[in-house]
Amino acid sequence: MKHLSEYRDFEATKKYLDEIHKITTREWNIMEICGGQTHSLVKNGILELLPEKVRMIHGPGCPVCVTPLNLIDKAIELLEKGVIVCSFGDMIRVPGSKKSLLEAKAVGGDLRILYSPLEAVSIAKQNPNKEVVFFAVGFETTAPANALSVLHAEKEGLNNYTILASHVLVPPAMEAILDDKLCTIDAFLAAGHVCAIMGMQEYYPLVEKYKIPMVVTGFEPLDLVQGIYMAVKQLEDGIYKLENQYSRVVKEHGNPAAIAVIKKVFEVGAREWRGIGEIPNSGYVIKEAYRKYDAEAKFNISHIKVPENPNCIAGEILRGIKKPNQCDQFGKACKPANPLGAPMVSSEGACAAYYHFSTHLTT
Amino acid sequence: MENTGFETINLGHGSGGELTRNLLDKVIFNTFSNPFLDQKHDGAIVEVHSKIAISTDSFVITPIFFKGGNIGELAVNGTVNDVAMCGAIPKYLSLAFIIEEGLKMEEFEKIVASVKKAADESGVLIITGDTKVVERGKGDKIFINTTGFGQVHPKANISVHNIKTGDKILVNGFIAQHGMAIMSEREGLEFESDLVSDTTNLNFLVKDLLDAFGEKIKLFRDPTRGGLGTVLHEIANDISKGVFLKEIAIPLEKQVAAACEMLGLDPMYVANEGVFLVIVDPSIETEVLALMRNHEKGINAALIGEITQEHPNKVVMESLIGGKRIVSPLVGEQLPRIC
Repeated sequence: MKHLSEYRDFEATKKYLDEIHKITTREWNIMEICGGQTHSLVKNGILELLPEKVRMIHGPGCPVCVTPLNLIDKAIELLEKGVIVCSFGDMIRVPGSKKSLLEAKAVGGDLRILYSPLEAVSIAKQNPNKEVVFFAVGFETTAPANALSVLHAEKEGLNNYTILASHVLVPPAMEAILDDKLCTIDAFLAAGHVCAIMGMQEYYPLVEKYKIPMVVTGFEPLDLVQGIYMAVKQLEDGIYKLENQYSRVVKEHGNPAAIAVIKKVFEVGAREWRGIGEIPNSGYVIKEAYRKYDAEAKFNISHIKVPENPNCIAGEILRGIKKPNQCDQFGKACKPANPLGAPMVSSEGACAAYYHFSTHLTT
Repeated sequence: MENTGFETINLGHGSGGELTRNLLDKVIFNTFSNPFLDQKHDGAIVEVHSKIAISTDSFVITPIFFKGGNIGELAVNGTVNDVAMCGAIPKYLSLAFIIEEGLKMEEFEKIVASVKKAADESGVLIITGDTKVVERGKGDKIFINTTGFGQVHPKANISVHNIKTGDKILVNGFIAQHGMAIMSEREGLEFESDLVSDTTNLNFLVKDLLDAFGEKIKLFRDPTRGGLGTVLHEIANDISKGVFLKEIAIPLEKQVAAACEMLGLDPMYVANEGVFLVIVDPSIETEVLALMRNHEKGINAALIGEITQEHPNKVVMESLIGGKRIVSPLVGEQLPRIC
């Protein structure tokens, strides 16, 4: 726990906050990519401690939020077919077109909430007469464990285990955001844990192409204020480069063993992002050699397509064009207990962060 | 407890017939024998000479045995504490079991023994009860309902409406221990830890506080389900005032903090069983804290915040780094996160 108390230290954090106030002369828009960073910023009250000129724009790095609506409907369809569906807890309250996984469980679906996909492999082994599907969503961070579950299932010779995969990648999403005409972002805090897996290599070309400062940043209050300081410093100095604030976790080449596992099972392909649409080469799809572990191929669910709720502006929220409290539905028709879209319900969603930790301060 | 001659509970044990009688005589009456229960009426007849506080609660916990306790003592302590939170001295409990057939007799006896121990420790008598058995699959091993009756302390005047701006909020010890101990043993989430539930009775500390400070104590509340955050939010709403907390003051044991971090849970919303909040007149905050810290159930007591005129209906917490956040009520169950 020493790490935590050190990185939540009042004096150390204040030092960086004071520095940020001292060096800021102009208005800057900085996007933190990861939803975990968004929550930490709001939960620790960092946003109000920053100079008014430094505006944090909340990025798309919430795996639950960017998972397309039709995938939730597909998981529900599997539950209704009698399949054991295993999921991380975040996903289960997200509304599908008609109901959420939690509601499907209430009417008899066998839904298991797990911390690791490897537990789903154990469940498949214990239930040889049932089909078991792991709802494999997430960014690069969860991809190694999900890929490993497929390798374990193969090693065990299981024929009743598949994954319903919707893996998305951060760098293509950053490009999509930067290419948007409405983009006003001056610098990025890159997602620390994604870089812990993938390393920093893929970000240098982005910094060069878009001439934009980027700081790989952690999640604790001190990480965030230090990351923001480094970004503001670059901006004020008129330079752009890739820096690593989170060096205690992130290495230049990431985690080679994890990357090897990902590459064995997945290949890069087009992925649909909720609220943003399809982005080419923006996700992982299961390789042909492991197709038998792909739930979409095994069960007849690929046809399920559903439109998004037209009142939900999740796309604009995820691209940083609007803040949660700029949505007409925020806190009114859309609340955590009755969400219109995923950002209001996911633990990493920007709307949920605003609703739970900050909005009531100003309303 | 005598041997019932059965290894498991079956439907017959809830039939009202001979098997029920066998179970009651050998396990229940034997264990809890007292003048009220021994009358073996349909109900108990007791005399009361004061205002009484009544509270009921049902216990449906999984797993039924956990580190630091089992469903039996939870069912006693939970209701005893709810009665105590009314400013009362708990006296009597009713005890009703709904058992799923197939429960091992040994486990049932262990639970009954824990009920007895917890009742003795908190000074309450089990004076009436009920035992039902449901078919396999229609329950979850065992559910327990208890109703508690207590005499309201003559000096007590407990009500949210007595709370005023400037009143201080104290807590008797470490939060989030029960919830994290249970979480560490849930299927699919097992992790190695020494976390134990904090289930215990709080009635003696409550009585000492009322003896010493009477109506300067405005409110007691035990933040069980929903945790500290949810309960404080309810209080703020009830009195249309604000609650201001300092995160650094909230007692949180290191291992519990680490487990919460690991699972992505906020300790402010994790269940407690041996924790209570007390809201007091600011003139007595130091003495209250001293009394609590001198009591075995309040060694880690702390002053965590106060009632404010600002931000009515809202709980605002100053974070460790000096920022401010809202503590909103818990919406559903806290869920494990993706990453």
